[in-house]
Amino acid sequence: MAEGENEVRWDGLCSRDSTTRETALENIRQTILRKTEYLRSVKETPHRPSDRLSNTESSDGLNKLLAHLLMLSKRCPFKDVREKSEFILKSIQELGIRIPRPLGQGPSRFIPEKEILQVGSEDAQMHALFADSFAALGRLDNITLVMVFHPQYLESFLKTQHYLLQMDGPLPLHYRHYIGIMAAARHQCSYLVNLHVNDFLHVGGDPKWLNGLENAPQKLQNLGELNKVLAHRPWLITKEHIEGLLKAEEHSWSLAELVHAVVLLTHYHSLASFTFGCGISPEIHCDGGHTFRPPSVSNYCICDITNGNHSVDEMQVNSAENVSVSDSFFEVEALMEKMRQLQECRDEEEASQEEMASRFEIEKRESMFVFSSDDEEVTPARDVSRHFEDTSYGYKDFSRHGMHVPTFRVQDYCWEDHGYSLVNRLYPDVGQLIDEKFHIAYNLTYNTMAMHKDVDTSMLRRAIWNYIHCMFGIRYDDYDYGEINQLLDRSFKVYIKTVVCTPEKVTKRMYDSFWRQFKHSEKVHVNLLLIEARMQAELLYALRAITRYMT
Amino acid sequence: MEKMSRVTTALGGSVLTGRTMHCHLDAPANAISVCRDAAQVVVAGRSIFKIYAIEEEQFVEKLNLRVGRKPSLNLSCADVVWHQMDENLLATAATNGVVVTWNLGRPSRNKQDQLFTEHKRTVNKVCFHPTEAHVLLSGSQDGFMKCFDLRRKDSVSTFSGQSESVRDVQFSIRDYFTFASTFENGNVQLWDIRRPDRCERMFTAHNGPVFCCDWHPEDRGWLATGGRDKMVKVWDMTTHRAKEMHCVQTIASVARVKWRPECRHHLATCSMMVDHNIYVWDVRRPFVPAAMFEEHRDVTTGIAWRHPHDPSFLLSGSKDSSLCQHLFRDASQPVERANPEGLCYGLFGDLAFAAKESLVAAESGRKPYTGDRRHPIFFKRKLDPAEPFAGLASSALSVFETEPGGSAMRWFVDTAERYALAGRPLAELCDHNAKVARELGRNQVAQTWTMLRTIYCSPGLLPTANLSHSVGKGGSCGLQLMNSFNLKDMAPGLGSETRLDRSKGDARSDTVLLDSSATLITNEDNEETEGSDVPADYLLGDVEGEDDELYLLDPEHTHPEEPECVLPQEAFPLRHEIVDTPPGPEHLQDKADSPHVSGSEADVASLAPMDSSFSLLSVSHALYDSRLPPDFFSVLVRDMLHFYAEQGDVQMAVSVLIVLGERVRKDIDEQTQEHWYTSYIDLLQRFRLWNVSNEVVKLSTSRAVSCLNQASTTLHVNCSHCKRPMSSRGWVCDRCHRCASMCAVCHHVVKGLFVWCQGCSHGGHLQHIMKWLEGSSHCPAGCGHLCEYS
Repeated sequence: MAEGENEVRWDGLCSRDSTTRETALENIRQTILRKTEYLRSVKETPHRPSDRLSNTESSDGLNKLLAHLLMLSKRCPFKDVREKSEFILKSIQELGIRIPRPLGQGPSRFIPEKEILQVGSEDAQMHALFADSFAALGRLDNITLVMVFHPQYLESFLKTQHYLLQMDGPLPLHYRHYIGIMAAARHQCSYLVNLHVNDFLHVGGDPKWLNGLENAPQKLQNLGELNKVLAHRPWLITKEHIEGLLKAEEHSWSLAELVHAVVLLTHYHSLASFTFGCGISPEIHCDGGHTFRPPSVSNYCICDITNGNHSVDEMQVNSAENVSVSDSFFEVEALMEKMRQLQECRDEEEASQEEMASRFEIEKRESMFVFSSDDEEVTPARDVSRHFEDTSYGYKDFSRHGMHVPTFRVQDYCWEDHGYSLVNRLYPDVGQLIDEKFHIAYNLTYNTMAMHKDVDTSMLRRAIWNYIHCMFGIRYDDYDYGEINQLLDRSFKVYIKTVVCTPEKVTKRMYDSFWRQFKHSEKVHVNLLLIEARMQAELLYALRAITRYMT
Repeated sequence: MEKMSRVTTALGGSVLTGRTMHCHLDAPANAISVCRDAAQVVVAGRSIFKIYAIEEEQFVEKLNLRVGRKPSLNLSCADVVWHQMDENLLATAATNGVVVTWNLGRPSRNKQDQLFTEHKRTVNKVCFHPTEAHVLLSGSQDGFMKCFDLRRKDSVSTFSGQSESVRDVQFSIRDYFTFASTFENGNVQLWDIRRPDRCERMFTAHNGPVFCCDWHPEDRGWLATGGRDKMVKVWDMTTHRAKEMHCVQTIASVARVKWRPECRHHLATCSMMVDHNIYVWDVRRPFVPAAMFEEHRDVTTGIAWRHPHDPSFLLSGSKDSSLCQHLFRDASQPVERANPEGLCYGLFGDLAFAAKESLVAAESGRKPYTGDRRHPIFFKRKLDPAEPFAGLASSALSVFETEPGGSAMRWFVDTAERYALAGRPLAELCDHNAKVARELGRNQVAQTWTMLRTIYCSPGLLPTANLSHSVGKGGSCGLQLMNSFNLKDMAPGLGSETRLDRSKGDARSDTVLLDSSATLITNEDNEETEGSDVPADYLLGDVEGEDDELYLLDPEHTHPEEPECVLPQEAFPLRHEIVDTPPGPEHLQDKADSPHVSGSEADVASLAPMDSSFSLLSVSHALYDSRLPPDFFSVLVRDMLHFYAEQGDVQMAVSVLIVLGERVRKDIDEQTQEHWYTSYIDLLQRFRLWNVSNEVVKLSTSRAVSCLNQASTTLHVNCSHCKRPMSSRGWVCDRCHRCASMCAVCHHVVKGLFVWCQGCSHGGHLQHIMKWLEGSSHCPAGCGHLCEYS
């Protein structure tokens, strides 16, 4: 069979024109049928060794195609494509070929599938978002499906991501995906790594690079150090780091490229946080998202292996943890009460300046010790670990040694005034996009809390945002850090801390044990706050270093 | 108040002296402010709060206001302001949201006077009333502005901007009660200090945060604003709506703006990020700063003119921990370094350029331009009297005009006006356009139209007379044109020659070669790569040799791969006149891309028209059935369109695109089409051919183009009772609360299409009126007017 015939073109499916989609699907059907025929014919003829080799190869290829079709049948925003791909799969099955089925329970392991919006039942606005996303990426990923709880944010998020990855920018396309892989690998996020490995190859990246950072060009290797520091201890970034990257002779980065890379790194660090924080399942068409085994054989779940020891965690949930409903009901009430109190007595009880300062220090120090008790060593899955070196370097290091985090004052360097201007100068339009995204994330509210309506949640949101910045040593002069202690209880702090600093250790138990009465959409909302605050914190440190380098 | 300022002038009558100097501070400064005696300046920052005396030669530290055992956040200043009436009164805005006032007259070491802790977030700005001793205004991150009376313990009134954080507040210098505030979301609001409930006026001034504003010291109602969008805008607030008077584009976000005293159009700016210099702009010349101070090594955070009536001393504080006094005469003037030169092409090929006067004068003495090969010869140089620019830079303007005879663009206008693009059968359109082109002497274009017609129209319709006429004509003038073809034309020219030479004795050849020229752009180029000077007889011989063979092969359609067989037939005997463009290198390049087409595909293609030509001349009706569909040529047509577009004749490309419509559209990618359309429309509009451009917009199929006609078309409706514009909705007036447009037939409000008689101005729903006028010729309103509906 000629090479060209094997190529399946999926991009026709992204079209908004239904006839184009139909012809594209028809072509795919033809190709698949041809492949099946070929496979059958090979099977029937006596084997020669070389034949067998090509046989397994082509059956691999076919399986990939089928997995992709399966994904389409579940996740394509266009109804006609969903139906047709399902039909094709059925007809293949009738030919006696084994077809895949999806594994796991929907886009997220933490959120029951029924809570999440089903593709096909979205409203017009969401459908437009889905179609945009599908047109840009050729898929509708699980992250999108979870984020669609908050369509306003999702729109901004997709726009930014699309601009970062596909639109005009100083870096070549395959670099962008590779940087995404590097960043996600820092947190051992196999989900994002898998996605971007596919994209990286799709845009013509050299497969050799995927064997490890040492196989990538020197220029990208140089970025490794920044990636490492940025992910775990951004406050250590100095202008020397920047200088090292910009003045490396033939491997130098330009300022514009560096800003692009920094934005990508921070974007993927925080996206990794989201992936773990919401327990995003592997994509259907990626490894671990589907299986060719018939359902009865076993209920053995691959995704749990690739993503660490979650299945074990879930087993360990003991009855003591299951607090009764009334208990958790009180939690919400108590939180509301505290917010009310803070609102009222703010003016009466005036803390002295020293006390305010010490409150920040206390909160900062405490944040280091907030950790889940079960932090055994997790050996990262092998396929991910090869993308980065120095696995030992992590946030944990710093907290154990109780290292001093210097204080970064927002009033001296903030995103709105300084960061934005710098980014927009070096990478036009992106500053605007990120600015919008921060704004939406920070100001997003539906004025609800669990079962209560018409609640002003701004205080709570600000506490979460500032707590995260506090962990990174960023201080707001005009914030009373005592509020954090009042509003965020310990299990919530554990969750925040884990998601932001060591996302790979998030377990379903952590997810379930904070804010028990709150809706899933609210927990996703919290995650949005977490990732945006984290991204801003990292960006602030990196951009300040760049500014210092420039002056 | 007017009197007051006069008094100050009198006081400051003693001339200020000093030099450009700077002093090192212990910490980065956030803001500075000058005492009204122009002899002291206060510097405030996160960890600095000091008063310096400005002496002749240096700054001398006079007072450190940061006292006390422990550093308090109350002392971490975001802004500082010195009262312009009272030398002892200062106010600071702290990053933790506290507003502090300081009284230098206090005997103790600690000069702190009052503490206002009413703001919840960082206070960005404080401002004293220019004439009132006790009124202080503050603007904070929490979105509120508060007015304090220093004789009382808490704020007098609170103003809620309702649009995010307040970045700046400034009392108007001229209007006692007015102040302006700027916001993070780009808004500027005007408030009356007596009315805290709502702002007097609000408008969006910038895209993104407005960091600063400043009232003009002289002109009432002039407000300068600076924003993150790197712009400084000057607004006139005296009119009904705030009007943008000037706009200066800087290279970085604008952190502070201050009008220069005694210079009506000057203002100083400094930036928030990246750029460390201070610029003084003349707002009327917004492209080059009038002066530039480059002393600072980090961003400048505060600027202040030393004396309200002295334009030459500027003070500045910076993040690099230094305080500077700049003298205007020491400023660097970018204008001196700029090249005041510009070059522009006019619509009709005129060329104008401006250059430094000295440069032009020197050169014109030597008269270097007259015969200069760098300039096309048909340009005639006309020297305008030198035009001095506002005394800053003087340059001379020269204009080259095209010679009247060589006016090159006439054909464009004629063509645009006379082409028919739609509304008739394709064949007629092609014929018409070919005729137009021929009359304008553009024969290649005319030929292209004829070819298109042959390709796309059913051959039966072709008037044979026309064709044979062409053949005859071609024969007559083929020879004499040999030398002037460009390559594209040359090959067919040559071909035709060979063909015609031969055809004298051999009638068959005409039939073979009739309109295979569809391939002329691709195939013959292949052959001609050797150069444009290939002697005609060389080709002639070559062609002659192969021709018989070709003729034998053709009917069977065999061996189409052999280029030799096909070459001769690309030649087009119909070509009788050739556009006399001189052969240029670009044609050679064109050829380079074409060979791949000429391999197999084009060859086959070139066989096809031959069949049609057989049928045309009724040589062989049997072959008629084997005629290939027009789709076959789409590749060639596409290449042809690209060729025209690349040559700069986008008119041809677009016209063909429109005329052929669906037939070729799918072969050309959307973006290219859109590009062609927009360039053509642009050209048409520059020639003021509005009708044609509208027609093109209408006929275009590209969505981006066709919506050009729908964009920014607004229909303003006035209320029929009060004659005021109806802004919010088109059918109900906000003022008199009446429904304006009632249907005269059904007496309901018309919300959609409204049709009315221009005679009696009655009207109503389109359908109703239509129906009514079918039955009656009088106005449905009963006014007796005889309405007409067409």
